[in-house]
Amino acid sequence: MNPSPDNAKRASNGRGPADAVDYELFLHCVHCGLCTSSCPTFTELGDENDGPRGRIHLMRAVADGRLEAEGPLRRHLELCLDCRACETACPSGVHYGRLVEPFRMAMETQHRGLLGRFDWFREIVLFRLFPYAGRLRLALTPVVWAQRLGVWGLIERLGLLKLVPGRMGEMVSLLPPPVSGGPRLPKFLPAKGRRRAKVAFFVGCVADAMFRHTHWATLRVLQENGCDIVIPDGQGCCGAIHYHAADSDGARREADANVAAFDLDDVDAIVVNHAGCGAMMKEYGLHWQDAQQPRRQAFADKVRDVNEFLDALGLVPPPGAIELVVTYHDACHLGHAQKITEPPRRLLAQIPGLVVKDLPETEICCGSAGTYNLNEPGMARRLGDRKLENVVRTGARIVLASNAGCLLQILREIHEHREPLVAMHPMDLLDLSYRSEQPTLPEAKGL
Amino acid sequence: MMPTTLSPLVRELRAALGPGQVLSEPSDLVPYECDAFTVERHVPRAVVFPRSTEEVVQVVRLCGRHGASVVPRGAGTSLAGGCLPRGEAVVVMLTRMKSVLEVNLRDRYAVVEAGVPNLALSRALAGTGFHFAPDPSSQTASTLGGNAATNAGGPHTLKYGVTVNHVLGLEAVLGDGSVLRVGPVADPGQFDWIGLLVGSEGTLAILTKLWVRLTPDPADYRTLRVVFNTVDDATGAVSDIIAQGIIPAAMELMDRGIIAAVEEAFHFGFPLDAEAILVIEIDGLTAGLDAQGRRIAEICRKWNAREILHAADAGQREALWQCRKMAVGAVGRLSPSYIIQDGVVPRTKLPHILRRIAQIGQAHGVRIVNVAHAGDGNVHPILLFDERDAREVERVHAASRELLAECIACGGSVTAEHGIGVEKLPFMSQLFAPADLAAMRRVRHAFDPSGCLNPGKLVPEGETRDG
Repeated sequence: MNPSPDNAKRASNGRGPADAVDYELFLHCVHCGLCTSSCPTFTELGDENDGPRGRIHLMRAVADGRLEAEGPLRRHLELCLDCRACETACPSGVHYGRLVEPFRMAMETQHRGLLGRFDWFREIVLFRLFPYAGRLRLALTPVVWAQRLGVWGLIERLGLLKLVPGRMGEMVSLLPPPVSGGPRLPKFLPAKGRRRAKVAFFVGCVADAMFRHTHWATLRVLQENGCDIVIPDGQGCCGAIHYHAADSDGARREADANVAAFDLDDVDAIVVNHAGCGAMMKEYGLHWQDAQQPRRQAFADKVRDVNEFLDALGLVPPPGAIELVVTYHDACHLGHAQKITEPPRRLLAQIPGLVVKDLPETEICCGSAGTYNLNEPGMARRLGDRKLENVVRTGARIVLASNAGCLLQILREIHEHREPLVAMHPMDLLDLSYRSEQPTLPEAKGL
Repeated sequence: MMPTTLSPLVRELRAALGPGQVLSEPSDLVPYECDAFTVERHVPRAVVFPRSTEEVVQVVRLCGRHGASVVPRGAGTSLAGGCLPRGEAVVVMLTRMKSVLEVNLRDRYAVVEAGVPNLALSRALAGTGFHFAPDPSSQTASTLGGNAATNAGGPHTLKYGVTVNHVLGLEAVLGDGSVLRVGPVADPGQFDWIGLLVGSEGTLAILTKLWVRLTPDPADYRTLRVVFNTVDDATGAVSDIIAQGIIPAAMELMDRGIIAAVEEAFHFGFPLDAEAILVIEIDGLTAGLDAQGRRIAEICRKWNAREILHAADAGQREALWQCRKMAVGAVGRLSPSYIIQDGVVPRTKLPHILRRIAQIGQAHGVRIVNVAHAGDGNVHPILLFDERDAREVERVHAASRELLAECIACGGSVTAEHGIGVEKLPFMSQLFAPADLAAMRRVRHAFDPSGCLNPGKLVPEGETRDG
């Protein structure tokens, strides 16, 4: 059986969600336990049930008919961030993601079927708002105006945001400070100087609504590096929001829309600047085994993270000195899922005057993990605190991360703890260096 | 799921520690049925997460009162079944006691709780110029409490010694719930408690806190990777290097079978047709290191080394060590299950034992690959099998028994660093005379009169309590 979540729907013949998993994949785990310390939830809780080896043990016990996928077992699997740090740590090459993702998807589907309840947050906010940058921007308009008029600060100080319940409350707390995003992205931008490559740019949804300024920075950096850039119409969300909320069909629709929107023969690469989207798109070929699979695989083969792409192309050295201490946080979906750790560091090292300090526990998730911080706020905040403490220990003024989710999570931590720090994307900083400008920093903590 | 009716023991544990520190749901207990030794399994009655020595005391007392056994566990990386629950067992997870309490560079010690992972201490010490020397291959995960309980070794024990050489003091809970505190100040006129408790595998006490020695980082390293066409040449070189009076910091051997797995996992660029590779590290003051490196290279060439690579920088050195330390886990790429053995022989017997291991594997139809801390004669034959094939499992056990018996026949032992656990228990009567075992049982009885601490490990049950 292949590990496709398509099989989740057929999960009714006895072993429950375990039917969605290829049993052979369990056998790669030799139970050595070397993964445990890489797992954020094991590190926090110290319980095998909340570590990768234990979770595999539990899923296999379900597959073997020893246990049912319910009660505390379900909770332990839900609490997994799917950050895949354990895959990096695992010497045996266990594909943990390919175990836990289909298993959880089938478990959720089954559970939802049992409950028969309408989850408005999932159906409306996750599936009808997040994946559409335009709708999301519209929904945020009152907040943006409140922020611009200075009313937002008052609302925060009065503690009114705490009145917003549950996942909506978590979501509101994650809204970043206002930044001017800039105009709509055009359909084409020409290379500066000699043309070295032609790329297509993936825009995404939440990334475009919240980090359009980073998109512009990325596009300018690509232009500086001699790239013609096309930005095709018809592209949408990468599908990760659906996939991680156990909506395999919704994810497949997004994937196929993207596959149709990009002309693969016309470009050298599809460049994406947020790790969560990049990881999802690189796995388009794995998730669904149907007639479209070869086209999805061909698409996936062209996807490049912007750090990876520029590093391979050879960065045109940026001229502007930025004499600051910064630190770089490895987004799980870049470091663990795509195994890209050195390229962003090599790019940053070329900014004159910049000192990049090693971040302790850089490989441990910040707690964002897609929409995890909305669903599991308790653990997400523990991990967020842990991340911020490590950042502060480096003495850096800027923390860099190549993923929208991490940036939102870390920005919230910075804001709530009032640390004199900025979080930004490596492309934001490279862009400043090309333009010989300086980042705007908050004043260092006074007395 | 309806909560099952709680037993009186579980109810009292929950009252003492709080419900969040006690697991008793059947599904929650399943992951604790074994550690990294998966051949035997037994689901415990409960799992508890004490947060202090006082809470460990409460757990031990309650278990004693209810006749339950107490199985201490950290990261659960034991390869000998040291954390296997036996009978009505309560697993005591020390993973929530994970603070580095003090780092004292002037006096060169650190105080840690038992659940601190070995690597977490290294991280806490980064940049100070000091480190904790014992570096078992499991160090990214395994806890210092577990390292002490098993007297863990590692590649660098060749020069720096094993865990017991790096423990200055300890706090431990005995079988009756009393607390023993030893050191860290050297106190003449005392028994060597540390020598006794370190390596006692949780059978004499549960270690809760340690004072550990900090070792200055070496000023410089040279790390070599040497490729040989035969295992005999590689082991010959090892003995010769030591015979010439050179004590490298580490001298590690990997054979052809394991090289294939490691190469697939880490893509370091190991030659797949090599029969054996040595990773040799020397450290100390920069002056003299190059000369020593040249001497080692000369000796290796005399033993027909076909290629000698000097690690060019810290990154390459780290990659080389990652390959060696993750080698065992990488075996998952070769087969669904394995047993890693832990035999030790006099160094000069290395060629003999490795030849015999190959013969034994062939005779039993079992595939065996090898890693070895060659510098101290410690071999780790890894026997590959599929746990779903009962007859193959039987053949693996037979091969294991035979190769360990061969280690004893060579004047060696059946464990150098993994401990006895449950796995090596049957060999104890081959290693020790009945009177010795009886003495061990009496020591155990003195520390743990009710016999509740990690029963069925380390010392085989005697005919009568005092043998």
